[in-house]
Amino acid sequence: MSEVVLPRVSVRALRRPAVPPIRSSLFVHLVLIAVGGLVAYPFYYMLTTGLKDFFESITSPPTIFPTQGLHPENYIEAWSKAPWARYFGNTVLIALLNTAGELFTAVLAAYAFALMNFKGKAVLFTVLLATYMMPAEATLIPNFVIMTRLFRPNDLDHIAQGYLVQVLPFLATAFSIFLLRQQFLSVPKELRDAAVIDGAGHLRFLWSVVLPISIPALVTVAIISFYGSWNAFQWPLIMTSRPDIQPIQVGLNAFRDTARSQYHLLMAACSFVVAPIVLLYLVGQRYLVQGVARTGIRG
Amino acid sequence: MTGGAIAITQRAASRRRRLLIENVQAYLFLLPAFVVLLVFKIFPALYAIYISFFKWDIVQGAFRGIENYTDILFGSRAENWWRSVSTTITFALITVPFEIALALVIAYLLFQKIRGRAVYRTIYYLPYITATVAAAAVFEYLYHPQYGILNTILSSVGLGPLRFLQEPTGIFEMIGNRFGADVPAWAAGPSLSLVSVAIFSIWHFLGFQIVIFLGGLGNIPVEYYEAARLDGANPRQVFTRITLPLLTPQIFFVFTIASIGVLRAFNEIFVLTNGGPLDTSRTVSMLVFRTFFQQGQIGFGSAMGVLLTLLILAFTLVQFRVLERRVQYG
Repeated sequence: MSEVVLPRVSVRALRRPAVPPIRSSLFVHLVLIAVGGLVAYPFYYMLTTGLKDFFESITSPPTIFPTQGLHPENYIEAWSKAPWARYFGNTVLIALLNTAGELFTAVLAAYAFALMNFKGKAVLFTVLLATYMMPAEATLIPNFVIMTRLFRPNDLDHIAQGYLVQVLPFLATAFSIFLLRQQFLSVPKELRDAAVIDGAGHLRFLWSVVLPISIPALVTVAIISFYGSWNAFQWPLIMTSRPDIQPIQVGLNAFRDTARSQYHLLMAACSFVVAPIVLLYLVGQRYLVQGVARTGIRG
Repeated sequence: MTGGAIAITQRAASRRRRLLIENVQAYLFLLPAFVVLLVFKIFPALYAIYISFFKWDIVQGAFRGIENYTDILFGSRAENWWRSVSTTITFALITVPFEIALALVIAYLLFQKIRGRAVYRTIYYLPYITATVAAAAVFEYLYHPQYGILNTILSSVGLGPLRFLQEPTGIFEMIGNRFGADVPAWAAGPSLSLVSVAIFSIWHFLGFQIVIFLGGLGNIPVEYYEAARLDGANPRQVFTRITLPLLTPQIFFVFTIASIGVLRAFNEIFVLTNGGPLDTSRTVSMLVFRTFFQQGQIGFGSAMGVLLTLLILAFTLVQFRVLERRVQYG
């Protein structure tokens, strides 16, 4: 059944250089560079504008290279104009809690679905499948109603609640359960048999055998989860109204109003908001792309 | 009773006990995940339907049955609703085909034996991992009527300046006007504003589609290409007769997932146009958000949300069907 959910795209295939030959590799490079340039240009524009002075940033026509010197002090100015440290801290805290929680719930559930026998397995798996198909849009409004009734996220005296509302709904996702289940299914049966003979229970087997050999899949889940928290926008936008608990994307959105037409500051801010996730991507690229290739899920 | 029989009953009993323990343990393993999913996913999905049957302006009001739905589909809300549906379909029509075509070409080129493939792949994937809020803020600047680079380029070839995100006029109407032709209202085309958002969307999701297509290309057996070459097929024939047909599952997959992406698009529209100008980029997601959050009409918003969910689910089911078939015959 899981094959239905997760299109298996051979990851090996991504690396294998292959056949359909186009004679001129110069032509291939030209096209790739041209389109790649267009794709990369906004990043270049963001970085260079962030280093221009104010007047240069609103010069018409705009300059391609900064001509009035480089102004890294824009970063300091942009940083001082909004509680960025708070936004970053909030985001990291929320992302860590989400990631840890999601890994915990997914590892246990995935293990049960992959390696345990119990009554109602098929039914529960179908339920899981149903929640997987349920888009976030289905739960946005009811969760807003429920959460604003249960919690007061924007109450100064209850700051923990401000974080709770951003963490609770994301502590388990069907996606990570499916992804890990797929991995756990590949654990050789012999390993389990050997563990049973050694008298190891499920928890023990999970902890000392299954998890160590599943680290790449765990990293994939962790990165995708962390990435989701870092880029979270709509939910915190409707739930939070105070900077003390707001995450980075909501902060950046608010900063658009602060900066107004000071695009040099806005671009500097965009740069430092984007930088950590780009770094994470460059470091964890293999895992992220594998995650997409394995599951075909577009976050 | 003989000793053997006792041993068998004992073994059976201990087996039952083991099974029971395994069952209990499995449920305990599932408990944390299912509690979260039940409370924040399954229950809310049902609760949304409940809310949609009420007048619910910030606080719960009178029961209205299906009147919210009839108002949306045929009554006082119908004009806004169908306009948003039409905007969403237009948005899909001007993003999805281009996204797929461009991603196919790039994936095909990236699949060649060339140097620097890793570098290209990193660059092409970069927009997809960038947060939409930040990326959209950059595009807003690129599109800026006065300071944006796009108008500079356009004016250097004697066009523009255009207002891009702030331009409610249809693009065909704009082209027609430039040549002095009168374009009837039905042929005005999507607003330049919506097209500008679509261009952002294509840029943002291109890398994702490329990765899917790369995976599909990797699954095509090398022998097919070799056979084609022996038969003297030229590169174009190889592409149209072998690559394209064998990529059909990925194309379907990308098509459905891109369509779902369009239905769900919110962040980029919120940042770039906030649904404007003159509501020409107000897709269904945006309409739901406005209704429930900005106007506080939670009952109506919920009913629209349920309808949107049904639309998304329809695409999801089609997608699963396609994948299922692919697994069976693939």
